[in-house]
Amino acid sequence: MEIFNLFIRSIFIDNMIFAYFLGMCSYLAVSKNVKTAVGLGLAVTFVLTITTPLNWLIKNALLAPNVIMEGLDLSFLTFIMFIAVIASATQLVEMVVEKVSPALYGALGIFLPLIAVNCSILGGALFMDQRNYSLTESVAFGFGSGLGWFLAIVAIAAIREKIQYSDVPKPLKGLGITFIITGLMGIAFMSFSGIKL
Amino acid sequence: MLGDNFKNNIAGRLLKTFENLKPKVAKGTPFHFLHSFYDGQFTFLFQPGTVTRTRVHLRDGIDSKRTMFIVVIAMIPALLFGMFNAGHQHFLPLAAAAANVLDAINANALALDVILEKIQGLAAVHPSLTGVADVPGWSSMADADKLATYIPVLTDLANVGFWTKFIYGLWHVLPIVVVSYATGLGIEFAVAQMKGHAIAEGFLVSGMLIPLIMPVTIPLWMVAVATAFAVIIGKEIFGGTGMNILNIALLARVFVFFAYPTYISGDKVWIQDLVDGASGATALAQGYEGGINAFSWSWWQMFIGTIPGSIGETSVVMILIGAFVLIWTGIGSWKIMLSILLGSTSIGLLLNWVSTMPGIENPFLAVPFYYHWVMGGLAFGAVFMATDPVTAAQTEKGKWIYGFLIGVFAIIIRVLNPAYPEGIMLAILFFNVFAPLIDYYVVQANIKKRLAYGTK
Repeated sequence: MEIFNLFIRSIFIDNMIFAYFLGMCSYLAVSKNVKTAVGLGLAVTFVLTITTPLNWLIKNALLAPNVIMEGLDLSFLTFIMFIAVIASATQLVEMVVEKVSPALYGALGIFLPLIAVNCSILGGALFMDQRNYSLTESVAFGFGSGLGWFLAIVAIAAIREKIQYSDVPKPLKGLGITFIITGLMGIAFMSFSGIKL
Repeated sequence: MLGDNFKNNIAGRLLKTFENLKPKVAKGTPFHFLHSFYDGQFTFLFQPGTVTRTRVHLRDGIDSKRTMFIVVIAMIPALLFGMFNAGHQHFLPLAAAAANVLDAINANALALDVILEKIQGLAAVHPSLTGVADVPGWSSMADADKLATYIPVLTDLANVGFWTKFIYGLWHVLPIVVVSYATGLGIEFAVAQMKGHAIAEGFLVSGMLIPLIMPVTIPLWMVAVATAFAVIIGKEIFGGTGMNILNIALLARVFVFFAYPTYISGDKVWIQDLVDGASGATALAQGYEGGINAFSWSWWQMFIGTIPGSIGETSVVMILIGAFVLIWTGIGSWKIMLSILLGSTSIGLLLNWVSTMPGIENPFLAVPFYYHWVMGGLAFGAVFMATDPVTAAQTEKGKWIYGFLIGVFAIIIRVLNPAYPEGIMLAILFFNVFAPLIDYYVVQANIKKRLAYGTK
């Protein structure tokens, strides 16, 4: 039940976009249509789901004080190891996407390798570290956060497709209105804050 | 029937006035910037004189102005009942207290000064009792004489009638309606002048919805601020009527809800000038506290709507009349209304079943599902908010999904989220956000199906 609670929390309440504003760059840039948004959303979900527990393992089996040998504390390497793990996971995703769906690979363009520096992914690993999650918790948290990010980008992509022909005031066209929609979506997502299962 | 004579006099003169004004707002004149204001007023009163010049189009008898008006008409029963109920809820504890004092006087149970003190307490809440003390020489009167002058007023108060309640409610509800319309239409007119397009009639409905989902005690400036926020941020920057993503009225309410939470939730805001010691808790708050045994009202009372709550949301009877009007005229989608009912019922049944399991402490879980239909704003939201054709799902299959999920989420938030007493507002907003996505997938599925059919 606790795990399920954490999973739901990380999708809706501690949503990467609406609660922490993490991963905004690709969220804003790749949300012009639903198809590519789904592709990027899935990629981010996948990377978050595998890197968070992987980082947990590395942190707890290698970097934590006194695990390799008495008196050795490697935790100063935490950041660089996290980033290395994320970068290699992204590389893996990139190769898979290129092989399986070249069209999606073309559509995602530069944003696919940029998942490596997507703040929500490093954010997921650091939250996992900071909140002292267990291994199962970090799986639930990584997967939930990924799904939350996926929902956010897919929903805004559908909205942006819908308002394509709206008469938005010139200064707000494009990113301006997207920021405002994101804020309004954040209000809607607040419906879950405080929920207890 | 109005005679031709009347028409010739009033309507004819009005038409002449408009025709005289027309050249004053023509292109090139200094008042040209007011032309959309002129058009708005003219088309509000008269059929526009422009006709189709090219080939025939298919036309519906109903245009967007008529659509809006039918929705407003559908809301009138809820509004009138809301006015009565605002007065009813105000006078109910007051009448009980007055009857109490009268009983004490008749039974000689209390000392004279104690009774006078109680009356002073009531007078602080209700003005008719303070008026008594305005007679000359009041302070030098003996206590017994004072009491004698109070008794008729107290008797009136204990047996307060329908019209007194209604007028009292009218007096408190009407300003909210006026402020909401004035703010919203003011912004709408100003934007229309700025952009130089015709005045859109979109705010007619939102302007009536906003007062109906506010508590009667809401400060008027707050209504104005919330309306301005909702109309500008929620609608005008998206390109005006028909382009908004979230329901305007709900956005106004959610703005007040998060910005000034003490004015829109809790036990003290639902009744105007509550007598000290009387409870103003809503059915939702009671259900959350103690489950079904905590309700002060029967199911039928909640159905009829003589309970505290937002102005328009309490009476399910009046809302059903509105729903009938909307469905009969084909303006509101019955699919959305029905699927919200289905969604809330199925999650209600599920929660009822969960409540029978050991170790479950939340008493709200055990409240039978049919109570959820009549408590809070579920019925109002389902009939007037979720069916908003702009923000709801547009595809027919999508409407079923959209409504069902709203019903489910509304009850989940209501029952399981202690932070918010009511869930329908946030559930509708949440699925306003996801409605375009639902539509997208329904359309894609249909394209796939048709393609498969075509290439077989």
